[in-house]
Amino acid sequence: MTTQAIRAEQPLLSVQDLKIRIQMDNGEMRAVDGVDFEIKKGKTLGLVGESGCGKSLTSRAIISINPKECETSGTIIYRSEEEQTREELNLLSLDPNSKKIRSIRGRKIAMIFQEPMTAFSPMYTIGNQIMEAILIHRTKNKKEAKKIALEMLGKVGISDQEKRFDQYPHEFSGGMRQRAMISMALSCNPELLIADEPTTALDVTIQAQVLELMRSLQAEFGMAILLVTHDLGIIAQMCDEVAVMYLGKIVEQAPVKELFYNPKHPYTKGLLKSMPRLGGDKSKRLDSIEGSVPMPINMPPMCGFYERCSDRIEGVCNARSVPKTHISDDHMVRCFLYSDSREGDSI
Amino acid sequence: MLQYSIKRILMAIPVVIFISFIVFYIIQLPPGDYVSSYSAQMTATGEVMTQADMDQMRANLGLDRPVYEQYAMWAKKIVLHGDFGFSFNYNKPVLDVVKQYMGLTLVVSLVTMVFQYAVAIPIGIYTAVKQYSAGDYIFSGISFLGMATPNFLLAIILMFLSYTWFGDPLLGLFSNEFVNASWSIDKMIDLAKHMVIPVIVIGLASTADLIRVMRGQMLDELNKPNVVTARAKGLSEIRILFKYPTRAALNPIVSTFGWSLSSIFTGATITAIVLNLPIQGPVMYNALLGQDMFLAGSWLLFMALLTVLGTLISDILLAWLDPKIRTEFRGN
Amino acid sequence: MSTLPLFRRQKTTAAAKPLASADTNYSSQWRLMYLRFKKHKLARISLIILGLLYAVALFAQFIAPYDLQSYDSKYVNAPPMALRFVDADGKFHIKPFVYELKSTRDPETMRKMFVANKEKRYSLQMFVKGERYKFLGLIPTSTHMFGVEQPGRLFLLGTDGMGRDLFSRIVLGSQISLSIPLVGVGISFVIGLIIGGISGYFGGWIDSLIQRIIEIIRSFPTLPLWMALSAAIPPRIPVVTMYLYIVIIFSLIGWTDLARVVRGKFISLKNEDYVVAAKIAGVGNTKIIVKHLVPGFLSYLVVATTLAIPGMILGETAMSFLGLGIRSPATSWGVLLQEAQMIENVALYPWKLFPLGIVILTVLTYNFLGDGLRDAADPYKK
Repeated sequence: MTTQAIRAEQPLLSVQDLKIRIQMDNGEMRAVDGVDFEIKKGKTLGLVGESGCGKSLTSRAIISINPKECETSGTIIYRSEEEQTREELNLLSLDPNSKKIRSIRGRKIAMIFQEPMTAFSPMYTIGNQIMEAILIHRTKNKKEAKKIALEMLGKVGISDQEKRFDQYPHEFSGGMRQRAMISMALSCNPELLIADEPTTALDVTIQAQVLELMRSLQAEFGMAILLVTHDLGIIAQMCDEVAVMYLGKIVEQAPVKELFYNPKHPYTKGLLKSMPRLGGDKSKRLDSIEGSVPMPINMPPMCGFYERCSDRIEGVCNARSVPKTHISDDHMVRCFLYSDSREGDSI
Repeated sequence: MLQYSIKRILMAIPVVIFISFIVFYIIQLPPGDYVSSYSAQMTATGEVMTQADMDQMRANLGLDRPVYEQYAMWAKKIVLHGDFGFSFNYNKPVLDVVKQYMGLTLVVSLVTMVFQYAVAIPIGIYTAVKQYSAGDYIFSGISFLGMATPNFLLAIILMFLSYTWFGDPLLGLFSNEFVNASWSIDKMIDLAKHMVIPVIVIGLASTADLIRVMRGQMLDELNKPNVVTARAKGLSEIRILFKYPTRAALNPIVSTFGWSLSSIFTGATITAIVLNLPIQGPVMYNALLGQDMFLAGSWLLFMALLTVLGTLISDILLAWLDPKIRTEFRGN
Repeated sequence: MSTLPLFRRQKTTAAAKPLASADTNYSSQWRLMYLRFKKHKLARISLIILGLLYAVALFAQFIAPYDLQSYDSKYVNAPPMALRFVDADGKFHIKPFVYELKSTRDPETMRKMFVANKEKRYSLQMFVKGERYKFLGLIPTSTHMFGVEQPGRLFLLGTDGMGRDLFSRIVLGSQISLSIPLVGVGISFVIGLIIGGISGYFGGWIDSLIQRIIEIIRSFPTLPLWMALSAAIPPRIPVVTMYLYIVIIFSLIGWTDLARVVRGKFISLKNEDYVVAAKIAGVGNTKIIVKHLVPGFLSYLVVATTLAIPGMILGETAMSFLGLGIRSPATSWGVLLQEAQMIENVALYPWKLFPLGIVILTVLTYNFLGDGLRDAADPYKK
């Protein structure tokens, strides 16, 4: 095989054993506890889970923008395709304030957020805030930067760009703001776009438009997407591969079709059952998962889903931490139901 | 924007009128009136006014008319002739007394104001960014103490310190040799030296308060998603700090401007009495003690008006700084 | 069901909002406030100190060895006496004692000064007979908590320029200095609640009118207005009347702040779903206000009230200091500080700043208490 071919098979981003701990008054919270995943060039990975499962912290750890209180460990290898450098870079080894990581943020890896209202500062015009990234990474010339920004606004479907450019965030509607946010993120042509609940704050119709926009821009720019969401419907529409997170761990990971048609983990099954279906029996109540997510503070080594699980095995599931089981090459599950050994994972 | 300003100014007018009612009411409050105090003064110098004389004088001054007519006369004189009445203590028109002290009062107030913001804003930013650091605790401690210490007593303590360290309690605003001298570089330096204690004393409580407001605002702003967005764009921390949280935190600070003006006047009143500054405080105090009510009332009126003006300015500034209000009036 | 104990969840919530905020809905608001308040160490200590201060004020006549009027021209500007256990011969006494004060003159400056007469010891006695007074204003007695045998004198914090015991005067003065802000704030509280409630609940022109009035009152610089109004209090009136006048003057401005808080909360709560639901269900105005709105913001009101107290304490101190507030024969801390107005007094007799220390202590503790309450009142924040 040529080196080119090997490179093509190597993922753009590999996250290995990512852990994020936060010290609290009453103990250490393991917000993210040993997460591994890979994002391939031009593909979309969905990270799905309830709020508080650590998916946002995981996505933000990639570009080191979590608050100082988060003690992060593990490796995040980023393989740049562009330019001559072709280096493998462990993003976590960089100082979060260093120039190196700043040159990656916004340039190579861009991010869009859930709340487009608060993600923009109300103090400056949309144009000002879009141009900022361009001025740092692409050109020092303000005129040129403005030209790029206007072009990007056009690409995300905002008409009358000249006027819109000088408007403030509060003059935009929610959907418009998210479009502007996307144009800001894509303005430096990144290789990876991290989208943290990009449509949660939007109406359903607007949601569909924004997702459609993201897909078409992915086709045009060829970037990979890490899509963080709690909505399995969005996952089904957008993703190539899915990782289900629960209590700081990935409990199941598979290609999207495999996960939807052949879910293994009781939690994944529960999530799928709680989704409304077209043509389903309307008189029946939707299933829901009993109980609520516990706090991952001073947790003993056990399955975090134990108390809510209908298939739990007493003395096994609540006695050890759960190892990974590979059902097939690309389908991983973390559950004793599928594990050959009843021995605990070595953590 | 202009439309907003005009609207805001028009709204202040009824406020001013009501303030004048209250002030006039206060002028009328103390037992006795102008004539009885006047006759008491005459008696003290050996002349005696008969009841008839006093009634005659009341009629001349319109003091026998109903209160609302008296108010109308008082207000008319102020608006048309700038005549605020007559001060007993100083034996000249109130306006002359006011003019005499207004200059230095404004100088002291403005310097204090600049001092407050210049000190409070950087410290507020610092303590928010370095939350829970030693510096944060030290400044928080000082500002708590600053708010809890009555400023007039702080004045005594500082005077005492300056007396023991420099052998000069720095009373007043000028040394003896400069009080009646014409303005010169030396007199300016002397004034600057004498202003240190008053400015610290008058400004400390508000500065302490401003630090806490600024710190609180900064802490709020530092946790906003737009800071994370800026970070995700690849901006450096220092640029983020000044462009986003600081800029946003300054808005509420600006709105304290009018209130701060009022608190400076308040603080200055007592401090000036203790430190014997030739500004409005002691004048007002003596006027109150001597029931020189036209003078006292006029001071109160001036101060209330300045506060209204300060609030007006901060409202307009706030609107001007806030894109939401600014854009509302754009193009209409 | 999750089986985590309630208490653990509470503690967690304080620091980990993003993960657990939904869980806080389980216990009552007051319990949450109490739990959070308990965590605020400074506020807890402040509450204890304030409790002690008020207890002292309540039993002031009993605790103070001397009454307000008693003076001794032999002991003008005497320094604080030290309570000792070990005498000049190195002998230990189980009962603390003080030495007699002898006045002499400084041979250089010829200024009067006091030295301890090591020959004459007076032991501190509990429950000694002294001036007559009414315990709690009811029971006539002459027993004081502590003191020394006549003709001995006990000046724990020295004396003032008339030879009066500063400790007794601070203790007795606390009755006025500590109660004025409470009564003043109490009046402000009631006025603020009523007017703010009317303004916020009814809205419309009533609201605009009340807001204009508040704006006007607030545009007066506080202290000068207080001074102007106090100057109008006729001289030579009974202490009780004077006290009332001053309290009224203080609450005249104080209520506007509270009214604003109440109005703001009223407006924001008015549109809450549960209030709208009650309205649709046909619940009457009064009942909505009393059952739904008031409990919703009472905690905020308590906080605003607590935070308003320090300003009143400082105000009373300032006014009395200037001779515009409490006047003799009554005494407050501000009156006691009048002697500190002269810089020579402070330089020669620094113990005259003791009342200042007490003022600062009281204001600080109220500030901390208010801070603690404010944090506690907002269990969903942070």
